[in-house]
Amino acid sequence: MPPEKGLKMRKVVIPIGPQHPALKEPESFNVTLSGERIMAFSARLGYNHRGIEKACEERTYVQDVYLVERICGICSHTHSTSFTQAVEELAALDVPKRALYIRVIIGELERIHSHLLWLGIAGHEVGFDTLLMYSWRDREVVMDILAELTGNRVNYGINVIGGVKRDLEGHHIKDISKAVDTLEERTKYYIDIATKETTLIQRLSGVGKLPHEDALSLGATGPTARASNVARDIRQDDPYAVYSELGFRIVTDNHNDVYGRTLVRLGELMETYRLIRAAVNNLPEGPIAVKAPRKIPEGEVFSRYEAPRGENVHYIKSNGTDKPERVKVRAPTLANVQTVARMLEDEQLADLPIVIAAIDPCFSCTDRMITVKDPDDSNPRGIIKWDDIRSYSIGLYRSRGVDFSLLNKKLAEKLKC
Amino acid sequence: MLDKLITWSRIKSPWIIHFNTGACNACDIEIVAALTPRYDMERFGVQLKGTPRHADVLVCSGPVTKQIKDRLKRIYDQMPEPKFVVAVGSCSCSGGVFDGCYSVESGIDAIIPVSAYIPGCPASPQAIIDGVVKLLATLEKKEEKR
Repeated sequence: MPPEKGLKMRKVVIPIGPQHPALKEPESFNVTLSGERIMAFSARLGYNHRGIEKACEERTYVQDVYLVERICGICSHTHSTSFTQAVEELAALDVPKRALYIRVIIGELERIHSHLLWLGIAGHEVGFDTLLMYSWRDREVVMDILAELTGNRVNYGINVIGGVKRDLEGHHIKDISKAVDTLEERTKYYIDIATKETTLIQRLSGVGKLPHEDALSLGATGPTARASNVARDIRQDDPYAVYSELGFRIVTDNHNDVYGRTLVRLGELMETYRLIRAAVNNLPEGPIAVKAPRKIPEGEVFSRYEAPRGENVHYIKSNGTDKPERVKVRAPTLANVQTVARMLEDEQLADLPIVIAAIDPCFSCTDRMITVKDPDDSNPRGIIKWDDIRSYSIGLYRSRGVDFSLLNKKLAEKLKC
Repeated sequence: MLDKLITWSRIKSPWIIHFNTGACNACDIEIVAALTPRYDMERFGVQLKGTPRHADVLVCSGPVTKQIKDRLKRIYDQMPEPKFVVAVGSCSCSGGVFDGCYSVESGIDAIIPVSAYIPGCPASPQAIIDGVVKLLATLEKKEEKR
């Protein structure tokens, strides 16, 4: 880009991704810089788009439970639970209490693993690799418990339509209590670090500011919103499963920055330990599943779930057969990724990795198909055809002074010879 | 003599690069878990690098999506010879549950040559370590033959 007149500092556009050491997933960002300051930020998603929503329509409900679980490997239980919740509502199934309690226990154990994972990644992004190694070592405690309860470390496959697959035995409950005690001790240590360690506090404070009003207007969810003092949590606002019986307490913070997000996640860990203890102690006796019909009655349903990253939404439309007509997923990162541009306004380039990591992005959750409707567009369905994209792209390159028509002609002549 | 030294150091300390080709993150967190204290792949000299130009082994996870196909080829081309590819997880071995989806190509081996397959959904850290060590063992044997 040629330097603009009158500007002392030249603007530089830096492409980041799809492969980049700071990113754990393929996504690409374009950052416009003036010196070290970020002037503009744009994200390009879609590298992880696999077409799961369409694939769900071609498979039966039973198969879909396992397919939606593979939308995201970190919060797999959130997807399978919100899917089964939706199907159970359509089929008007009365899911046994014990099954709901087991779902909550697995869901909260998953939240522990996800938050500890985030803590490590955040430490890594600010050059505090000791924290990464510590928190990932402690994370193995909860991974062992999950493997013991469900048979797999990740992608548990414990949900079925109408309940859960495996029951909790006496020795499981003992192991859970023991693991929760250990982890609580460690989390207290991390809270101690986060509130006393000056280097960490200074590195994270004031970075990635998201004021309360912006968090509301951009529609942030989860810990990102709660760190901007938005008291929003589906477990409290629209309690699913048995959260209304467990007495959930919401964790918020008014730091509005990355430091606040760290405190919220650590606070949530403590709340999660309390929830798991309450669920284990009040675990009712009874069956763990009811028989579900193969064909699901006609209807539409909307299911909400508080994933570790925020609100996870599944919409299902059924047409009375054994396959859904439409499945729509809105994962929390899609709501939160908009806030990153606001957080990065006038920040240093060096803060970019931690600011992106602070929303705990999960792009495999986010890469769904979205149709954006332009109200002035003559095309009522808002669908762009392949030919339109082609002519648009040719026009765009011509306006930039690149014309391929000459080259094409030459190529065609060569091919004739 | 110099060749021998280079091969020896390559086998004793392979540098890896991890690339997510459209995975669900499950294999990715297991790869990172394999690098952290409980499993600690650095015992075998394995080190995670940030750029393909420094790496000997490309560790891929996930089915190859249409968007990532060209990028995967480019990353593979950027790696210096000799290079090896490890496919982690059922999806990267064969496409897994996503085989047949409209934006998924198939397994990694349809795009670039693969030296080791580690199946599992997700592949556990133990399996990943086993796969990497087996790959290194075959390299050692090849070296002896030469």
